Amino acid sequence: MILESLLVSAPDWAIRHAPVMIPVVPLIMAPVLALSPSGRLSWFLAMVATAASFYFALLTLGIVQSTPGGIIEYWIGNWYLIGIEFRVDALNAMILLLISGIGFLASIFAWPTIVAEVQKQKMSLFLSAFLLCFAGLCGVAATGDAFNLFVFLEISSLSTYVLVAMGASRDRRALTAAFDYLIMGTLGASFYIVGVGFLYAATGTLNMAELAAQLPALSGNRSVQVGFAFIIVGLGLKAAMWPLHQWLPNAYGYSPSFVTMFLAATATKVALYAMIRWLFTIFNPEYPFEQAIFTFILAPLGIAAMVVCSFQAVFQTDVRRMLAYSSVAQVGYMILGISIATTAGVSAGLLHLFNHALMKGALFMAIAGICINYKGTTIRDFAGLGRSAPFTMAAFAIAGLSLIGVPLTAGFISKLQLGYALFEHGWWWAVLLVVFSSFLAVFYVGRILQSVFFLPPANPRKSRKEAPLLLLVPLWILALANIYFGIDASFPAGLARDGAVAAIGLEAFQ
Amino acid sequence: MWEFILERAGYWAIIGLMMIGLFIAFSSENLIKRLVGLSLFMTTICLFYVTLGKVTGGTAPVLLKEDMPYGDTGHAAAAPDAQLVAAGGERVAELVHTYSNPLPHVLMLTAIVVGVATLSVGLALIVRIREAYGSIEADDLRAIDIETAIAQEAEDEKDQHEAAA
Repeated sequence: MILESLLVSAPDWAIRHAPVMIPVVPLIMAPVLALSPSGRLSWFLAMVATAASFYFALLTLGIVQSTPGGIIEYWIGNWYLIGIEFRVDALNAMILLLISGIGFLASIFAWPTIVAEVQKQKMSLFLSAFLLCFAGLCGVAATGDAFNLFVFLEISSLSTYVLVAMGASRDRRALTAAFDYLIMGTLGASFYIVGVGFLYAATGTLNMAELAAQLPALSGNRSVQVGFAFIIVGLGLKAAMWPLHQWLPNAYGYSPSFVTMFLAATATKVALYAMIRWLFTIFNPEYPFEQAIFTFILAPLGIAAMVVCSFQAVFQTDVRRMLAYSSVAQVGYMILGISIATTAGVSAGLLHLFNHALMKGALFMAIAGICINYKGTTIRDFAGLGRSAPFTMAAFAIAGLSLIGVPLTAGFISKLQLGYALFEHGWWWAVLLVVFSSFLAVFYVGRILQSVFFLPPANPRKSRKEAPLLLLVPLWILALANIYFGIDASFPAGLARDGAVAAIGLEAFQ
Repeated sequence: MWEFILERAGYWAIIGLMMIGLFIAFSSENLIKRLVGLSLFMTTICLFYVTLGKVTGGTAPVLLKEDMPYGDTGHAAAAPDAQLVAAGGERVAELVHTYSNPLPHVLMLTAIVVGVATLSVGLALIVRIREAYGSIEADDLRAIDIETAIAQEAEDEKDQHEAAA
C-alpha cells in the first residue's frame, strides 16, 4: 500500500537508480560531514542521508515486489558484463530495508548520546565515520559482485574499528577491544578474498550470478571447495559465528552506546546475509561437500553458540556484555535455521534476523538512554531504574521479553517458526535445545529486569530522570514494532519467506 | 613428484608466507608485531592474486603496437579482443603477443589501499593504547586491565558499605 503510493510518486531517476543510491548517498555525505564545522549540522545531515537511504530502500523493495522476476539488475556505468553489478532480489531488499531503517532510527537518537559521550570537536568526524559504516553495510547488501562485496565490507569494518575505539573516553579498554577487532576482522576479510581468488581462478568471473551459473559444472573441483571453505570461515568471523566470536563481547561492551546499538542491530546481520547469499545462491545446497558442511559444521556450531553463549551471558555482571553474549547466541539460532537448508529453515533464520535487529536495537537504545543520565552499566547500577526512568525501562522490558520469546512479541514468532522448521526436518532434539536456550534467556534477562524493577536503587540520591525525547521516540518505535510484529507478523514473515525463496531458488520451493 | 612441486614454487612460497604471517598475528605479544604479521598476510594475498593472473610466456598487460592493427584509437573501452572479432562474431585474427591477465592486478590495487588503511588505523590505535596504558605488550595490557577491575570492585564494595551505613 505505502510502497505502491511511493512508487507512483517517485521521480523517474529515483526509480531507475534506487538500488545504487542506497549506499551512494551516505558515501558522498560522509566527507561533507567530516568538513562540517558544527556537530549539530552534521547530525542533521547524517539524518538526511540515512533518511534518503531509507527512502530508496523502500523504493527498491517496491520495485522488487512489483517486477515479475523479482530481480533488479543495475550495471554501474552501464558497463554490461564488464563492470560491477548491483543485483537486488527479495533477499537483499529485506536486508537493505532493515539496515537503512535501523540506521535512520539510530541517527535520530545519535545527538543526545554523542553529546554525552563524544568530545565536541570530534562529533562531526564521529558521525562521518558512522555514515561510512552505514554506507559500507548497505553496499555489502546491495552489490552483486564478489570482490566489490569485500571492498564494502572493509569500508564498513574500518570505520567500525574507529567507532569502537571512540569509547576510550569513557573506558580505555575500548582501545584494546578495537585493536583485537581489527586483527580478527581483517583476517576474516582476508580469508574472504583468498576464497574469492580461488573461485576466480576456477571460473574467471567475479559476478555472483555468473559464478552461480558456472559453478555446477565445477562442483568436484578442489579449488572451488577450498574457496568455499575460505569464504565461509571469513564471513563466519565477521558474523561472529560461534568459536569465531571472541572479538564481539569486548567490542560491544566498551564502544560508545550509540555504536553498540547500531552495530548490534546491523553489522553481524549483513555478514550473515552474505553467508546466506554464498551458501544458497552462488553455491548450491545440493553439492555434496556443502551438505556435509550444513549437517556437521554449521548446525553443531549454531547449537553450541545458542547454549554456550547463553550460559556465559547468565554469568556476566555488565548489562552490555551480557547482551553481547546473547547476540552471539541469537546468531546461533539464525545459523541453525540456515543449516536446515530448507525454505522454512532459511525463512525462520531470516525472520529471526529481522526480529533480533528490532529487539537488540531497542535494548541497546534503552541502555544508551541510561548512559546519558546515569553512570555505569553493571546490573547493580541498573537497580531501581524502573522507578527513576519508567518510560525507558518499560521499552527495555518489552524488548527483553521479546528476546526471551514470550508470546505476543516478535521473538516468539521467529522462535516458533524455527521450531516448526526443525520439526519438519526431523531434528526434534534441536527444538529441545532451542527451548532450553530460551530458558537461559529467561535467567539473564530476568536478572536485569529483577534488578531494574524490584530492587531499591543502589544509590538513593538517584533522582528521577528520563531519557531525552529524541531517544524515547525511536526507542518506542522499536519497542512497539516488537509487539506489533508479534501479533501480526505478516509483513516480516512475508519478507523473510520471499527472501528465502529468492535465496534458494524456486525449484527448492516447490 | 619433484616436477609437481617445483612447477608450483610460487604457490608454495605464498602458502609459506601466509602461514608465517598468520602465526605472527596470533602468537606475538607485541601489538606492533601482530600488525606486521597481519600486513604480511595481506601482502601475500596480493602475491597470490598476481600469481593467478600470470599467463605462461605472457608479457605485461600493456597493449603492444602489433596488436592494434587499426591504430591507437585511444579508447580504453575498445578492448583488444573486440578489434579482432568481425561483425558476425567470428574471430578474424589472434593477438600477436600473449598478455597476462590484468584484472587480478587491478583488484590488488584496491586490496593494497585497504591494507594501507587497515595498517594506519591499527598503528593509530597502538599509539592511543600506548598513551592510555604505557605499554604495547598484550600480557601487560591484560594484567593492567585485571588490576584496574579488581580495584574498581573493591571501591564499589566500599561505596556500598558506606551507603548501607
